[in-house]
Amino acid sequence: MDEGRRVVLRSAGATGALAAALAAGLLRPERVLAANWDKSAFRQKSTAEALTSIGAQDAETSKNVLLDVPEIAENGAVVPVEITSHVPGTTSISVVIDKNPFPLTSRFTFMEGALPYVKLNVKMGQSSNIRAIAEANGKHYVAMKGVKVTIGGCGG
Amino acid sequence: MARPMKIRARLVGDYTDIRVLMAHPMETGQRKVKGKVVPAHFIENVTIKVNGKTVIDGQTSQAVSRNPVFAFRVKGGAKGDKVEIGWVDNEGETNSIESAVA
Repeated sequence: MDEGRRVVLRSAGATGALAAALAAGLLRPERVLAANWDKSAFRQKSTAEALTSIGAQDAETSKNVLLDVPEIAENGAVVPVEITSHVPGTTSISVVIDKNPFPLTSRFTFMEGALPYVKLNVKMGQSSNIRAIAEANGKHYVAMKGVKVTIGGCGG
Repeated sequence: MARPMKIRARLVGDYTDIRVLMAHPMETGQRKVKGKVVPAHFIENVTIKVNGKTVIDGQTSQAVSRNPVFAFRVKGGAKGDKVEIGWVDNEGETNSIESAVA
């Protein structure tokens, strides 16, 4: 990985110019990607509030939302989560971990032929239920599973 | 290019399987080193584009594991389609990578 360091050193000059451009307000990364982050939803501390903030407080339990998680996670820092929605017209999938300090973990919006599927690794502070919430035609559908964590993934 | 990325896009039957790895500390803001809280530093947005069109828009929190790995699927696709993935973190840092579907 020494090569990486060389690259960093060599690009230091360029980085300086970039920093200057940033300072001058010429470049705004968030504007370039037109990205939004739903701060109010991600900052909710209780599961109920997190669910309400994404409109999923009345989510209907559905067998068409497949949530694949391990029953026991030895390491809470890396818990694999795989979600597939078979609900027709699914436009988004959200992941909520009930007992994490901030339950809403991620939210994916699908368009232009993307299949309502996502696989990712999440952190869990302690044993908890995980909810996969699919949104279709303005309604929410949920699948929930419990994961036992032997070593927590938050704090240290 | 301080935080490298890896991408792989493959045609699998009737869909394109997209896998991406992003080197990022994903600090929660809860961890302490010698009694001092390490400030939160994590990816907030992940965007996946195929041939220039946004297909998936992801929002992520500090609870996504360090050095995030994601897998996504896009219906259909053809070899040579251009897949582009970019991220932005809470400090405005950003990176992106692109690859052709194999």
